[in-house]
Amino acid sequence: MRPLTFRKLVFECFFLLVILFFVVVVALKFGAVPVSLYALGRDLLRVLLGQSSQISSDYGLIIQNIRMPRIILGIIVGASLSVAGTSFQALLRNPLADPYVLGVSSGAALGAILSLIAEPHVALPPAFGALLTPLSAFLGATVTISAVYFLGRRKGQIESNTLLLGGVITASFLSAVIVFLMSTVNSSNTRGMVFWLMGNLSTSFQKSIYWVLAGGFFIAAGVIYATANDLNILLAGEKEAMHLGVDVRRVRFVVYIAASLLTGLAVSVSGAVGYVGLFVPHVMRLMFGSDHRTLLPTSALGGAIAVVVADTLARIVVAPNELPVGAVTAVVGAPLFIYLLRRRFA
Amino acid sequence: MSPSRGSAAPRRPPESSRLGTEIRLAVEQVSYAYASNPSHAPLFTLEATSFQARPGEIVAILGPNASGKSTLLQLIAGVLPPLSGRVLLNGSVIHSLSPRTRAQRIAMVQQESRLLFPARVWEFVLQGRHAHGGSLRFESRDDMLIAQNALIQVGAGELRDRWMDQLSGGEKQRVVLARALAQRPLLLLLDEPTLHLDIAAQVGLLDALRRLSAHNHYTVIVVTHELNLAAEYADQILLMHGGRCLRVGPPAAIYRRELLEQVFQVPLKVEMRGHGRPRVTILADS
Repeated sequence: MRPLTFRKLVFECFFLLVILFFVVVVALKFGAVPVSLYALGRDLLRVLLGQSSQISSDYGLIIQNIRMPRIILGIIVGASLSVAGTSFQALLRNPLADPYVLGVSSGAALGAILSLIAEPHVALPPAFGALLTPLSAFLGATVTISAVYFLGRRKGQIESNTLLLGGVITASFLSAVIVFLMSTVNSSNTRGMVFWLMGNLSTSFQKSIYWVLAGGFFIAAGVIYATANDLNILLAGEKEAMHLGVDVRRVRFVVYIAASLLTGLAVSVSGAVGYVGLFVPHVMRLMFGSDHRTLLPTSALGGAIAVVVADTLARIVVAPNELPVGAVTAVVGAPLFIYLLRRRFA
Repeated sequence: MSPSRGSAAPRRPPESSRLGTEIRLAVEQVSYAYASNPSHAPLFTLEATSFQARPGEIVAILGPNASGKSTLLQLIAGVLPPLSGRVLLNGSVIHSLSPRTRAQRIAMVQQESRLLFPARVWEFVLQGRHAHGGSLRFESRDDMLIAQNALIQVGAGELRDRWMDQLSGGEKQRVVLARALAQRPLLLLLDEPTLHLDIAAQVGLLDALRRLSAHNHYTVIVVTHELNLAAEYADQILLMHGGRCLRVGPPAAIYRRELLEQVFQVPLKVEMRGHGRPRVTILADS
């Protein structure tokens, strides 16, 4: 009988932070152009000492302008999807819930693909043109989430199973629309569409976008974390939660909005990266238990680790070509998930 | 079951000292209507119901299925808003309290939904402390002690480190009761707590309730189908039928053959026993 303490929580997060640090170093090292660990360490030291100007230009370009932004994107996307997955699982009381299953990722992909089809036909100022695809993806995610939310409402109340099934149906409908568009619309950018459909982190954005993403993540994840204890009780059932002092309606509304925002942010820059929101929370639950005070921060870190690892694999497995990162998360994630599931019930 | 449960007659302090004198719970002309659609005629109505309960008192709500027992319990718990009338707990209207404040004063034991992820018994009991702390708070030593005590009070101290899904029905029901006790409530509500329990476990649970209500002055409201257990343990009986509260009173006054036969639609026999508590025998059709 040892309850969760703040020290234990910090220790577990620190453990994952250390792993994340090593993963980032490895991700910086590997790629189409090899970089030695020594050069990496030297450059890192120079950045820390404020001597960035001494970094040799070609290495610096690869590390600073190509790999690092991509890794940061991976960290934010992974953390957002995992926290969203954890929240949806608690909210819907269903271990299968995640942004991908709920159709949100497909909605974002459809938005992105529509913008790719429309792009050649409309003249846009270049500053806005670069944002067209992520904005369309975000819009697609928002519309899908609202649609699924209303599908899941009965008599003014959210019904978990209805909502989940509504999400699954929406996802398969949207996928059908996407396949239809891809096979009928004559576009030069089919490869770009496939990447959106499977998820990818290769797009680079202006610096301000990263700040928006990080800010959005911390606000939404913070809001969800403030309900961590309520989510623990919600797992015991909604009726019980009500009798144990949880304002079920408020918690459900707030967490649904925040988790949707996280999903929207993640998919608007990376497309439909599946499985992360599903398996990372489960792995973290098996490692650290199902208390959301631990689960939410460890899932965020675990998700960041998982996506950075997956993206590194996506970059190096068929180098100099690239795989979509969603393909890697699915190939690695699905068997791992089955293994964990079998071991749990063995 | 622990052996101490076996002692035949529960020891009871004299009535006058056991029950407090003030009114703790006052249900005043409470009614409710349930409709699938606001424009349609209601599918179910609960007609205005009133009764009062004192600290330490056990009230049993009896009646056939769909007579409004559980609806009345939900109204008392404050999770359903009454259509008219009000429920007062120590003078404050229950439904207008925040969920947190309500949970600090009222605990509910009901048929459990399945746990989604495995939990230890002590973790489960600690959920009862939720309403007493902030949302982001870590459990204090006091919370642990209260949870531990609650388990001991229901005779389940040794189950502390077991997994919830490995408990028997009777053990589980005691743990659920312990979680309710950990809320430190004034009012303890139970919805068919003896369902699915064997006879020894039923008696054990009700003995525990009797003891707890006497020692801690809980007011206990229990919805049940067990006529004889209610007669044995309750101070007051509420007899419900078709959404109407027919009678309120001590078991001896409520257990009348014609009344019970009319409500439950079975031929039965009522005997008065030595200590003033009735016993019901269901007569099979012959």
